[in-house]
Amino acid sequence: MNGTLTIMRRELRSYFSTPLAYVFIVIFLVLSSWFTFNFGNFYNGGQASLAPFFGYHPWLYLFLIPALSMRLWAEEHKTGTIELLLTLPLEIWESVAGKFLAAWAFIAIAVILTFPIWITVNYLGAPDNGVIMAAYLGSLMMAGGFLAIGSFISATTNNQVIAFILAVVICFAFLLAGFQPLLSPLVGWVPQAIIDAIASLSFLTHFSDISKGVIDLRDIIYFALLIGTFLYANVLVLHMKKTS
Amino acid sequence: MFPRERVPQSVLTMINCQNLTKQYGPLIAVDNLSFQVCPGEVLGFLGPNGAGKTTTMRIIAGFLPPTAGSASVCGFDVENHATEAKRKIGYLPEGAPSYPEMTAQSFLEFIADSRELVGAHRDKRLKEVFNLLHLEPVLEQTIDTLSKGYRRRVGLAQAILHDPEVLILDEPTDGLDPNQKHEVRGLINEMAESKIIIISTHLLEEVDAVCNRVIIIDRGQILADDTPKNLEARSRFHNAVSIKFADSSQLESARTKIGLLPGVLNTEVNQNIDRLTAFPADGQMLLKTISELANAEGWDLSELSLESGRLDEVFRTITGGAAT
Repeated sequence: MNGTLTIMRRELRSYFSTPLAYVFIVIFLVLSSWFTFNFGNFYNGGQASLAPFFGYHPWLYLFLIPALSMRLWAEEHKTGTIELLLTLPLEIWESVAGKFLAAWAFIAIAVILTFPIWITVNYLGAPDNGVIMAAYLGSLMMAGGFLAIGSFISATTNNQVIAFILAVVICFAFLLAGFQPLLSPLVGWVPQAIIDAIASLSFLTHFSDISKGVIDLRDIIYFALLIGTFLYANVLVLHMKKTS
Repeated sequence: MFPRERVPQSVLTMINCQNLTKQYGPLIAVDNLSFQVCPGEVLGFLGPNGAGKTTTMRIIAGFLPPTAGSASVCGFDVENHATEAKRKIGYLPEGAPSYPEMTAQSFLEFIADSRELVGAHRDKRLKEVFNLLHLEPVLEQTIDTLSKGYRRRVGLAQAILHDPEVLILDEPTDGLDPNQKHEVRGLINEMAESKIIIISTHLLEEVDAVCNRVIIIDRGQILADDTPKNLEARSRFHNAVSIKFADSSQLESARTKIGLLPGVLNTEVNQNIDRLTAFPADGQMLLKTISELANAEGWDLSELSLESGRLDEVFRTITGGAAT
């Protein structure tokens, strides 16, 4: 556990000692506001709600989180620091958890820095702040899901560009798993139960529930399981890489 | 392979490798290696590039699992009790990798935390290694701005920070200038008494300077396991006598006369530096007879020396590079 904290601290420090952190945060803030005000009908909607704001989060995450996660392990392999890391008296899972938590905390910082928009909507009207809280929570859970996938992919390759592209593609698949046009080719020959299972993996479905203010335990469990599964796979891949 | 006599030591204090084998697909990088290393030993791994030195060190350090066989450090198996074994080891990987965006200080603090150093002891050890490796001037610099020599020293600092019982250093002086090399060797010598130290190197003079045992490996196999002195004794130059004349025109006649001395096997002249070397027949000491001859003949010598043996020549002979 101490090992996890040590790794987490090192990683977080590293984010802020390179331009990466600032570039990421600025781009996230600019894009999320720009989408909200230009395409989200924030003013014209006539409702004091942050729904237009949160609606764009999955699409921002789709590109920004793989950009963050691609370096997590690929860079360690490329620069050889993986040899240092794996010969320290730490368990592999401690390193995996530490890196994941640092990146997650970093995204949380970026998300929390969007608070002016929350103040704005409260200034303009009387939104349901409970719903907004829930949406922030849902957004972070979803970010964790994207990140766990990205971290896993990063561990499988030494090439950051490949890690980025694969992570985007796989996250995209998870995002749209419940999207009807994608599922329609399956209808008729694949049992409905499997189609339902695929659809139930969709990030969008689970996120949209939470962002409407409905905190369903099943949605939380879904993201927690997803994160757990991919981090476990991450540990396995690192073990496998050692033995190959 | 020449077995050495060794005082029996407790398994709990040493490195024990049994039939270590590492295969990468069809390539056998380490082939059935067995050896023990005891405290007080500074073991030098010698071998051509790709001989399996780094792979062997990586296995002991717990970075790579062996394909077959086992290794233990202070009684802890490197696979089944990996974390305990890693606590005993300080490891400098090949190329001394470190995180380029961190400052030297924050990097070493990170290592201290990972090594579970706490409180006053942590601060004391950090200060000590900063001092020992002269890192004070660069502590606030990020590692990517450091010179190669400083980076290597940061890597060494990282390895010795927790005062480990076992030190595994893969080419510890690579990239250092002669003064820094000298200092690092001094440092290794200071630590040698109480620790087990394994270093790999290409530099034969380094073996002379720090190692009290040498293992020569090639194609994953141990070809020699001996003290540097004994290895030098295997050289044909061992106990050979070299002389140089102030006036090199005497060289040829002297060569004939020396060749006739009892105990001289043959003679050789290095034309480039006009140096004559007489090789002894088995176990004969030539220095006395040759110096007496020189006196009797009234030769004007600018150099007369007894050779202890040449490690580089032994190395080439053993690893099969002698033909070139």
